[in-house]
Amino acid sequence: MISLASRDILHSWGKFIFTGFGLGLLIGVTLTMAGVYRGMVDDGKALLDNSGADLWVVQQDTLGPYAESSSLSDDLYRGVLAMPGVSNAVNVTYLTMQVRQGERDVRAMVVGVAPGGAGTPGWPPYLVDGRQITRSHYEAVADIATGFKIGDRLTIRRNQYAVVGLTRRMVSSNGDPMVFIPLRDAQEAQFLKDNDAILESRRRTAANPAFNRPGAPGFLDAVIAAQSTNASVNAVLVTLEPGHEPEAVAQSVRRWKRLTAFTRPEMERILVGKLIATAAKQIGMFLVILAVVSAAIVAFIIYTLTMDKIREIAVLKLIGTRNRTIAAMIMQQAVALGFIGFVVGKITASYSAPLFPKYVLLLPGDSIAGFFAVLVICVLASLVAIRTALRVDPAEAIGG
Amino acid sequence: MGAKGIRIEGLKKRYGSGDTAVDALKSVNMEIAPGEVVGLIGPSGSGKSTLLKSLGAVIDPTAGRMTLGDEVIYDEGWKVRDLRALRRDKIGFVFQAPYLIPFLDVTDNVALLPMLAGARNSDARARAMELLTALDVHHRARAMPSQLSGGEQQRVSIARGLINRPPVILADEPTAPLDSERAMAVIRILNDMAKRFETAIIVVTHDEKIIPTFKRIYHIRDGVTHEEVGEGRAVA
Ligand SMILES: Nc1ncnc2c1ncn2[C@@H]1O[C@H](COP(=O)(O)OP(=O)(O)OP(=O)(O)O)[C@@H](O)[C@H]1O
Ligand SMILES: [Mg+2]
Repeated sequence: MISLASRDILHSWGKFIFTGFGLGLLIGVTLTMAGVYRGMVDDGKALLDNSGADLWVVQQDTLGPYAESSSLSDDLYRGVLAMPGVSNAVNVTYLTMQVRQGERDVRAMVVGVAPGGAGTPGWPPYLVDGRQITRSHYEAVADIATGFKIGDRLTIRRNQYAVVGLTRRMVSSNGDPMVFIPLRDAQEAQFLKDNDAILESRRRTAANPAFNRPGAPGFLDAVIAAQSTNASVNAVLVTLEPGHEPEAVAQSVRRWKRLTAFTRPEMERILVGKLIATAAKQIGMFLVILAVVSAAIVAFIIYTLTMDKIREIAVLKLIGTRNRTIAAMIMQQAVALGFIGFVVGKITASYSAPLFPKYVLLLPGDSIAGFFAVLVICVLASLVAIRTALRVDPAEAIGG
Repeated sequence: MGAKGIRIEGLKKRYGSGDTAVDALKSVNMEIAPGEVVGLIGPSGSGKSTLLKSLGAVIDPTAGRMTLGDEVIYDEGWKVRDLRALRRDKIGFVFQAPYLIPFLDVTDNVALLPMLAGARNSDARARAMELLTALDVHHRARAMPSQLSGGEQQRVSIARGLINRPPVILADEPTAPLDSERAMAVIRILNDMAKRFETAIIVVTHDEKIIPTFKRIYHIRDGVTHEEVGEGRAVA
């Protein structure tokens, strides 16, 4: 036997490599898109993993703390801590904001961690450099993706923090790197008003005769202090004692504390199903468009290549070549094009993934699925050309 | 004349129907013996291509009877079922333009049919080499078609037409693109091959240079054939 397809490809390899390369870039983009989606899911999971919690207790009827805002009194954790099955319950705050360092500023998720040290929920589980926060104020641990270095001075709102440690892959579900600071500082940062607002508020309080009582010295100061401190957190992170069902404990938190509690699977559903659902649909649309464009390109190229040799195909049919042989030739060329495209695409995606600002996770399973999708697309795209080729009348070879 | 060769009796072909019907062949009668080369000449529109297509089993005649080799291929509306296999095994085609497959070298262009039919590549190539040698193009066996001269291409296409040892070769203006020396060479080759492989060959032509070489000539006019004795000049 002789493979007409491979002989044709060898003869016009330049054309094949060229189109294969173009197709490959398209496939590379497609694989990267899938990787972006996987990266988002993985970022979400990393966020949940790194928080070290078994349960997330948030404001009643909210999907906090990541997907919706949630606000709790910072005293509630005590009640949760006393519940059966709870091993630890700590306050935490999350706030996405610009963190300034010298001339530049970086978008980061500032995490306020309760005193405790490594192993406490909310704390970075491991460091790649430096040490954990030891003082209760003005120290920070930053993710390496922020670009900060140990010893850098960060400005968050009006306060300055010294970077004492670095972590890796600590990101928000948006892919923003995290900066950990002590809870008290974070609470202050979250609710800190600007100086003018504070002055204005003080002036107004002082002007109110109900607060400014000459007969009660200290009363005005207490009111002002109460106004400018913040006793809210976004969530309570809970770890469980071994042998306790997360769902059961979550149930009793919901029942007794009039709070909402989520288990790890529920949290994943919220992150994947709600927070990144729109982005996922967006990516899905892109994948569909890219698939259609790839199919159109393959169909067009294969059609043109077939049209280029339509006379030869008429001759092949005249001298008795089977339709099957001609169809196989065209289909094999389409598949070969897809193969070249896939290889180029896979290499492109693998080399370009680290260059993306957000995490791009290329799963082998996605590549395999992509490979088969490419083959299917190529086979389908070759059908137009095959149909045309099979319709060619062998009489055309004899001519008028 | 035995059962072999080509025999055409009362062949008719009508294109279309009703008011627009064209009777391209009205009464075609021909008989070509194995080893014989006959000319088919006629003015434009007289039905030459239609006759070749009918004989080449790519269009269906309307009436009449055709025998190729020892096989009846068409008889008053009845026809052989597998026309593709018939073309592959019984008929060699040579065209005005050689239509070689551009991505196969000379040997594989000739060896293509047996290779596709499942013969061992080495056997098919050996057979191709034999023909290329007979046609004096074996020195170009590994060249690509685009690297050949017009005459060389034509000889390769003749070799391709001969590879399955068909009892019949249909040649459509095989010398049109060639100068007179090359044209004569092609005719000489066709005559040689006819003798060597007992092939019946019909050459459709307008070419004044080669007409005197035929011993017998069929004239076709308005779809009707007339037999005529040719000069049968020896080919140098
Ligand atoms: N597919 C077709 N449909 C209708 N009429 C056709 C068709 N093919 C050929 N004809 C007509 O049949 C007649 C014979 O045509 P044919 O092509 O056999 O002539 P020819 O002898 O090959 O001419 P030429 O020397 O110009 O090639 C012509 O009148 C032509 O118009
Ligand atoms: Mg014609």
